[in-house]
Amino acid sequence: MSTPPERDHWLVRPATIRRLWVLLAVILAATVAVQLAFPEKGKFGIDGWFGFAAGFGFLACVAMVVFAKGLGVFLKRKDTYYDD
Amino acid sequence: MTELAPPGLILFAAAALIAITRGPLRNAIVLGAPLLTLWAVWQVPDGVAVTTTFLDYPIEPVEGSPVRRLFASIFAIMAFAGGLFAFRHARALELAAAYAYAGGAIGVSFAGDLITLFLFWELMAIFSTIVVWCGGTEASRAAGIRYAIVHLLGGIILKVGIEGVYIHTGTLDVQAMLATNFDTWMILIGILINAAAPPLSAWLADAYPESSPTGAVFLSAFTTKTAVLALILLFPGEPVLVWVGLYMIFYGIIYALLENDARRILAYSIVNQVGFMVCAVGIGTQTALNGAAAHAFAHIIYKALLLMSAGVVLYRTGKRKCTDLGGLFRTMPLTCICGIVGALAISSFPLTSGYTTKTLISVAAEEEGLALIWFLLTAASAGVFLHAGIKFPWFVFFQKDSGMRPKDAPWNMGAAMVFFAALCILLGVWPEPIYALLPYPVDFEAYKAGKVVFYLQLLLFSGLAFFLMLPWMKRTLTITLDIDWLYRVALNRASIAIVDRIDRARERAEAWVTGRLGRLRDRIAVLAADHGALARSWAIGTTALWIAVLLTGYVVIYYV
Repeated sequence: MSTPPERDHWLVRPATIRRLWVLLAVILAATVAVQLAFPEKGKFGIDGWFGFAAGFGFLACVAMVVFAKGLGVFLKRKDTYYDD
Repeated sequence: MTELAPPGLILFAAAALIAITRGPLRNAIVLGAPLLTLWAVWQVPDGVAVTTTFLDYPIEPVEGSPVRRLFASIFAIMAFAGGLFAFRHARALELAAAYAYAGGAIGVSFAGDLITLFLFWELMAIFSTIVVWCGGTEASRAAGIRYAIVHLLGGIILKVGIEGVYIHTGTLDVQAMLATNFDTWMILIGILINAAAPPLSAWLADAYPESSPTGAVFLSAFTTKTAVLALILLFPGEPVLVWVGLYMIFYGIIYALLENDARRILAYSIVNQVGFMVCAVGIGTQTALNGAAAHAFAHIIYKALLLMSAGVVLYRTGKRKCTDLGGLFRTMPLTCICGIVGALAISSFPLTSGYTTKTLISVAAEEEGLALIWFLLTAASAGVFLHAGIKFPWFVFFQKDSGMRPKDAPWNMGAAMVFFAALCILLGVWPEPIYALLPYPVDFEAYKAGKVVFYLQLLLFSGLAFFLMLPWMKRTLTITLDIDWLYRVALNRASIAIVDRIDRARERAEAWVTGRLGRLRDRIAVLAADHGALARSWAIGTTALWIAVLLTGYVVIYYV
């Protein structure tokens, strides 16, 4: 825990993490761009739109996280709740 | 008809031998019995292979079909990998119970009649409870009791349904039906309880994480998947299953997102994955049933792999909460990589077994033009990557440096993980062997470029959402209330309140009686006091008069 960041495992160094973000951005852009080369006619129309899966996946996840967070307000308890 | 014995009995015999042997002999039994069982599974021909009677009922303990063999095969393979993972670390009792539990699952797989199915079903409930108890903690003892109560309740409901079906139809055959009357609803509900369907989903995330590091691996495989097989055999195309399945899918995702316990995250994700299968059985077309069966096969492998990975972490660190874990990739590379392979497979990432099997279910919805269901399944696929695909490996192996530097997996645990990780990838790049085992012919090309691009977009942008929303996902030392709150707290409070009321009523009654008695005693005391009526000196004449009155009364009564 006391290892300085620059001495820690290469995977968790800030420079590596920055590179990983750049790599992720490139891959994300590539998966959307490559749809131009392999257009698929969607079964339900909207699912064939350019970048549909990207947007749908992203928004679905945001919605689920927000919903879970909201539900947590009512249903979360200390993890010793049942022990007491 | 023939001398064929139910293949599941091999594992029951192995369980008995495991309990009484030690050392290399026991190890040989642990590793050999599942392979022998797998061989026996493939000796079962299509159709009813054995008929006999039980309590004068005609029963068919062994009936073969492709989907039955498929499930029995993966149960045997699972027993082997679980045995390999556990044999050097688990208690003999746990191994024996786990093997009997697996034997029960294979018994259900080949059950040609409802009585055989019920008997093996109940054996599974008993032996899986023992596996939970082998967690050896107070928490596992209590969770095991709750688990047993839920499953025995499910068994009773199933039994009521089976008796009703027999009385009203005269047949005990395991055959397709729909939930159209009380009897069939009871059977459906009994099965759905084992599938962790709502409202009784909570037993799974309550009990499985409390088992031992090795026990959870076995528990993840059998109960819910035999329920899926029972649904495929008994309720294909039952419309209610579509919505039950969808509820399970989103329940699993939302609860897993809120969860801090790594093994409980995986438990919720079992409910989520079984939801996909239940939904597919509800759609009920050939593609959908193929999807449910193929997904069950692949799911058993990658879910066991994930629980093996979490089990090694628990075995090495004694910890399972995300808040305590993190940074373990440094010293546990094998466990980390195998966990990631399992996580990618559960997320249906291309080149993994989840992609080649689970997508069949989406294709089934697409073929039937079920737009809403298709969009919900697609959103759920993104959610699986979110709650299990990234969340589990991220919080356990990366996230922050917990400071722990545990050793990697012992060799046998590592071997079991590598075996299953290899299968996840093998079935992802070469799905034909599993397609060949499915109940219906498969006309499905998994790796069409457009489809691969679609899923890559869906999953990778889900990953982006995860990392962008990471502050929202910060783990806290919390649990999330579920329906089990009703029987763990509300019922408890209600019974305490009732007992309290009875106590108070009793106290009031006692006070009233005591008060009355006190007053009576006081009055008697007054009467008996020095100058009271009872203690006074009476004149002799008065006494003689009263004696005369009494004697007269006696004479009158005597003559009357």
